[in-house]
Amino acid sequence: MSTSATEREPRAAESAPDRGRTPRRGWSDLPSPLRHLLFAALALAAVTGLLLVTGDLTALRMAAVGYTMLAVAGLQLLTGGSGQVSLGHGAFMMIGAYTMALLVLNLPMLPLAVNLVLVVAVAVVAGIAVGAATARLHGPYLAGATLILAVGLPGLTHRYHEVFGGSNGLTVHTAGAPPFLQGLVSDSEWKALVVWTAVVLALAVLATISTGRLGRRMRTVRDDETAAAMSGIPVGGTKVTAFVIASAAGGLAGGLQVYVLGTATPSMFTLALSLTLLAALVLGGIGSMWGALWAALAVVYLEIWLSDAVRAFDLSKDVENNLPIVLFGVLLILVLRFQPLGLHGILQRLRALLRRAR
Amino acid sequence: MDHFVDLTLSGLASGAVYAALALSLVIIYQATRLVNFAQPAIALIAVYTAATVAPLTGSYWVGFVAALTVGAAAGALVERFVVRPIARVSQLNGIIVTLGLLLVAQGGVGMIWGNEQHGFSYAFDFVGRPSPADVFALVSVAVVAALLFCLYRFTPLGLRMRAAAFRPEAARLSGVKVGLMLTTGWAISALIASLAGMLAGPPFISPNVFDIVFVYGITAAVVGGLDNPFGAIIGGLLVGLGMSYVSGYAGPELATLTALALVVLVLSVRPDGILSRPTARKV
Amino acid sequence: MRTTMNTARRGALAASLALALAATACTGAGEVTDSEGPDLSVSTGVTDDAIVIGTHQPLTGPAAAGYMSISRGAAAVFEHVNEQGGIHGRQIDYRVEDDGYDPARTIDVTRQLVIEDEIFAMFGGLGTPTHGGVVDYLNDEGVPDVFPASGALSWNNAEEHPLTYGWQVDYTKEAKIQGEYIVENFPGQNVGYLFQNDDVGEDSQEGLDQYLTDEVVTRQHYESEVPDLSAQVAELKRSDAEVVVCSCIPAFVALAMLEAASSGYEPQWVVSSIGGDTATLQGLLATFTEGTDAEEVPADAFLDELIITSYMPRVEDPDDEWAAYFIDIYEEYGEGDPITNTHIYGMTQAVMFAQVLMSAGPDLTRQALIDALEEQEWQGPGAVPFSSSGGDHGGHQGAYIVQYQEGGNMEVLQEARVTDRDGGPIEEVDFTPLSPEELVFHD
Repeated sequence: MSTSATEREPRAAESAPDRGRTPRRGWSDLPSPLRHLLFAALALAAVTGLLLVTGDLTALRMAAVGYTMLAVAGLQLLTGGSGQVSLGHGAFMMIGAYTMALLVLNLPMLPLAVNLVLVVAVAVVAGIAVGAATARLHGPYLAGATLILAVGLPGLTHRYHEVFGGSNGLTVHTAGAPPFLQGLVSDSEWKALVVWTAVVLALAVLATISTGRLGRRMRTVRDDETAAAMSGIPVGGTKVTAFVIASAAGGLAGGLQVYVLGTATPSMFTLALSLTLLAALVLGGIGSMWGALWAALAVVYLEIWLSDAVRAFDLSKDVENNLPIVLFGVLLILVLRFQPLGLHGILQRLRALLRRAR
Repeated sequence: MDHFVDLTLSGLASGAVYAALALSLVIIYQATRLVNFAQPAIALIAVYTAATVAPLTGSYWVGFVAALTVGAAAGALVERFVVRPIARVSQLNGIIVTLGLLLVAQGGVGMIWGNEQHGFSYAFDFVGRPSPADVFALVSVAVVAALLFCLYRFTPLGLRMRAAAFRPEAARLSGVKVGLMLTTGWAISALIASLAGMLAGPPFISPNVFDIVFVYGITAAVVGGLDNPFGAIIGGLLVGLGMSYVSGYAGPELATLTALALVVLVLSVRPDGILSRPTARKV
Repeated sequence: MRTTMNTARRGALAASLALALAATACTGAGEVTDSEGPDLSVSTGVTDDAIVIGTHQPLTGPAAAGYMSISRGAAAVFEHVNEQGGIHGRQIDYRVEDDGYDPARTIDVTRQLVIEDEIFAMFGGLGTPTHGGVVDYLNDEGVPDVFPASGALSWNNAEEHPLTYGWQVDYTKEAKIQGEYIVENFPGQNVGYLFQNDDVGEDSQEGLDQYLTDEVVTRQHYESEVPDLSAQVAELKRSDAEVVVCSCIPAFVALAMLEAASSGYEPQWVVSSIGGDTATLQGLLATFTEGTDAEEVPADAFLDELIITSYMPRVEDPDDEWAAYFIDIYEEYGEGDPITNTHIYGMTQAVMFAQVLMSAGPDLTRQALIDALEEQEWQGPGAVPFSSSGGDHGGHQGAYIVQYQEGGNMEVLQEARVTDRDGGPIEEVDFTPLSPEELVFHD
C-alpha cells in the first residue's frame, strides 16, 4: 500500500507548479508573498486530496515528510543561501521538540497555534545565541562547532532529568481530529493535515525571504564576504539572521514532530539525524526549494524501500540489516558524482530532455 | 588528590586518542580543506583488518602494520576515485561524499563482521596508571605530530602538498603534480587515522565505535587550530582533560557539554583555534 | 472511496476540514478526550495456516551491538515451533523491524506492522524510550502488547494499558533482592553503586535503598552513549567500595571490570540480570586474558566470583534441561553466532508466547489471547513465578542469585525469591519449571 501511495505523492506535489504555469504571465506578476501563499494553498490542496485516499500509515509518513521538509528547507536557506555549513541542525529540532512537549505537558489548555508560535519564539532565541556565537567562524570551524552542538545538547536532558525526563524523554498526548469530524478523518490524517498547513505556510515565508532582499544579501555574503561588506551589506548580521531563520524552521519542524509522534527523547535527535538532514539536502538538490521535498521523501521513504527490496533476497541477517545503509551511502556518492545538483538536478535534466523530444 | 591524578592520567590517555584523530584531520585540511567524515570510516576498516589479521598470524604487530597499510591504501584509493571528482564541484558536496563513504564503511563492516561488539587488544599492557598502553598512545601521537611538523616546514614534499591544497593553479604552473599531492595527503592522513583507530578502538569495537570519538577529534582539531599539528595535540589534550575533570567532579552526563563549552569559549576568542596565525587568513 | 465520493461531498468535506483547522488552532493542544475501548473479538493477522506477529528491535546503530541477539533467539524458537507443526496448525510469521533504537522510527515501524502487516500482536518490543512511544497506540488500536523487552515499571499498569503485559523482572524487584542479599552476606562492608543513568539506574536504586542505607559510600552513573568509565571507577576505588552493585548492560560491566583491573581495584561485583550475561562478557573480555594463566577459560580472571541475579535458564548451565534444549535449537536454527544469555532471553520469551498462543485455543482472537494470558498457569522456562493476571501484569516476580566460579561453572547462592516493587517483604518460593517435554508450546 505504501508503495502505491508514494508513487502518487511526487506526482501530486508536481501538479502544483503545472497548475501555476498556465497563467504564466499573471502568475509571475503577482507580488512574491502572495504568489508563495497561493502556491502554498495549492500544495495543501494536493496533500489533502492525497490524504483522503490513503490510510493512517501514509498519513504518519506524509506528516514526517512535511516536518522533515521544513527542517531541510531551513537548512537550505542557511547552507545553500548564506553558505554556512551546519552539521548540527538536529539540535534546533530538538529545542523545538522539547519546547512543544513541555508546553503540552504543563499548559495543556494552550491552543496548538499558540504552542507553535512559542516554539518558533524559543527557536529564534536559540538561533540568535548560536548564530552570534558562530558568526565569526568559517569552514571547518563552523562545521565542528555545530557538530559538537548536536552531540552536546542532548546532555542537558540527562543533567536536568526532572525537567526533560532523561533518556526516556517526555511523552505527551495531543488532541486529534475535532469531534464533529470523527469517522470522516482519522486522528493521524488530521495531524498530517495540521502539519502540512503549518509547513506550507512556513515554506511560503521561507520562499519569500529567499527570493527577497534578504535572500539576495545572503547569497552575496556566501559568494564573497569582502565584496558584500564593501557594498554595504552587514555581513555578521546577515549570517546571524540566516541562523535565526534556519533555527526557527528547524524548531517548528521539531515541534510538529512531537505533535504527531507524542514523544520527545534524546535518542531521536542524534548526530545521525543532523548528518542525515544535511546529506539529504545535498542529495535532494541544494539549489531549489523542490530539493527539500525530494530530500524529505528520501529521508522518510528511501530506507523503507531499500529494506523491502533487500528482504526480497534470501540474505544472512548481518547482510540484510546493513545492506540498506550501504546502498544509501552508494546512492549518495553516485548521485553527487554524476549530478552535483542532486535529485532535483536529475529531474530538471529529464524535463529538459522530454521538452526537446516533444 | 589521588583522584585528581587519576582523572588527569585518564584524561591524558583519551586526549591522546582525540589528538591522533585531530592530527589526521589537520592533514586532510592541509591537503584538501575538507571536513572529512571518511576518517572514522578508514579507522574502522583499519581496526577490523587488525582484528582479523592479528588472530590469524598470532601477532598484534602484524595486525597493526596490516591495519595501517590497508588504511593508507583505502585513503589513497578513496581520494583518487571517489572524492576528487566530487569535491571539485563544491566543498559541501565533498563533505557529503565522505559521509556517504562513512555509511558504506559502517554498513560494510556490519555485513562482514556483524554488529556485535568484539574485544580488541591494546598495543601494550593496559594495567597501571599510566599503563604502558597509555604511554604508547601519548608517545606515538607526539612523534607523529613532530614528523608532520617537519614534513610541512622543512621538506619540499610538504611545501608542494601545501601549495597544491591552497593555490592549486599556481602550484600546477610551477610544476607541482597537484593530483599526486592530494592523493599523498590523503594517504598520510588515512595512515594517521588508522593509527588513531588502533589507539581508540580498544577495548571493544563495533561498527559505530568511532562516531563519538570522531566528534571529539573534530572538536580537538578546531580548538587547537587546523593550521598546525601541535594545535591538534593541544586541542586533543584539552578536550580529554576537560572532559575527564568534569566527568569526575561534576558528573559524566556533562562530558559532551564540556566539549561544547570548550569550543564556544576558545573559538569566541580565537575563531581559528588556539594555534592559528591571526593574520594568515584572507577572506 | 475515490470513486464513490462525489464532488459535492468532497467539497463539503474540504470546507469542513478548513473550518476544523481553524478550530484546532484555537482549542487546547493537550486537551485529549478519552474514547471507548477497541474491539478485541477480531482475529487480525490470523489465517488458517499462519499467525503474523511483529516486533521492533535495534538491528543497526549503536544499540544493535547489545540487543540484536534477542530477536535472533526468538526467531530460532519460532522456527523450531513451526517445524513441529506450529500452533493449532498455524505457522508463526515473526516479523522483525529495525528501529535503530530511535523512538521516531519505532513509531513508524509499529504503525507499519499494525496497519500494513496487520499483525495479530506485538511481541517483545525492545527498549524503554522506544516502546514507551508506542504503548498507548497499541492499546488504543486493540493490539495485544505482549512481553516488551525492558524492565521498566511502566509496563505493569493494567488500568492504563490493559493490553500490555510485562515480562522481564522489573528493575526495582530485582534490586531489592540484591540489596537484601548484600546486607545479609556482606555485613558492614562499603557498597558502591554504578548504574546506567536512565530508568535502569533510577528504579534499581529505589530497590537497593530499601535495604542498603549507611553502607552506601558512593553512587556513580554513566551515560550509555559515552563509553568511558574511568572517572566512575576511580571514584568507586577512592571511596573504598568493597561491594559494587552494577546496574549496567554487558558492555559497561566489561568496561568497568577492565577499568578496575587496570587500576588494581578488586571489589566484589554484583551485577543485575541485564548485564550478567557471562557468555557475552567472556566474548568481550577474552582478548584481555590471552597469554595469562587463565587462558583456558576466557576471561576467568575478570569474572571469578561475580554475583549475578537471574530469572531465566542460563546458558552456562548445560545440565539444565531448558539450557540444553535452547543450545540445541540455536545450533540448528540460529545464525551461526555463539549462543549467549541474551539469545536465551528472546528464546524464553518466545517459548512463553508460543505457550500462551497454544492455550488460547484454535479459535484465535485477540480477546482469546488476552483471556489466555490472564488464565495461564506459568511453569517455566523462567525459573521464578510469573504474573499476568488480576491486574498484575508484572511478568517475572523475582530472581535467584548465582555466582561465577573459576572454570566457568555457576553456583546457585540463593534459590528463587519473589517480592513486589514497593516495600513488601522478599519471600522464598518453591518453584520448579516444567521440562521442555512437559511444557505445551507447539503442536
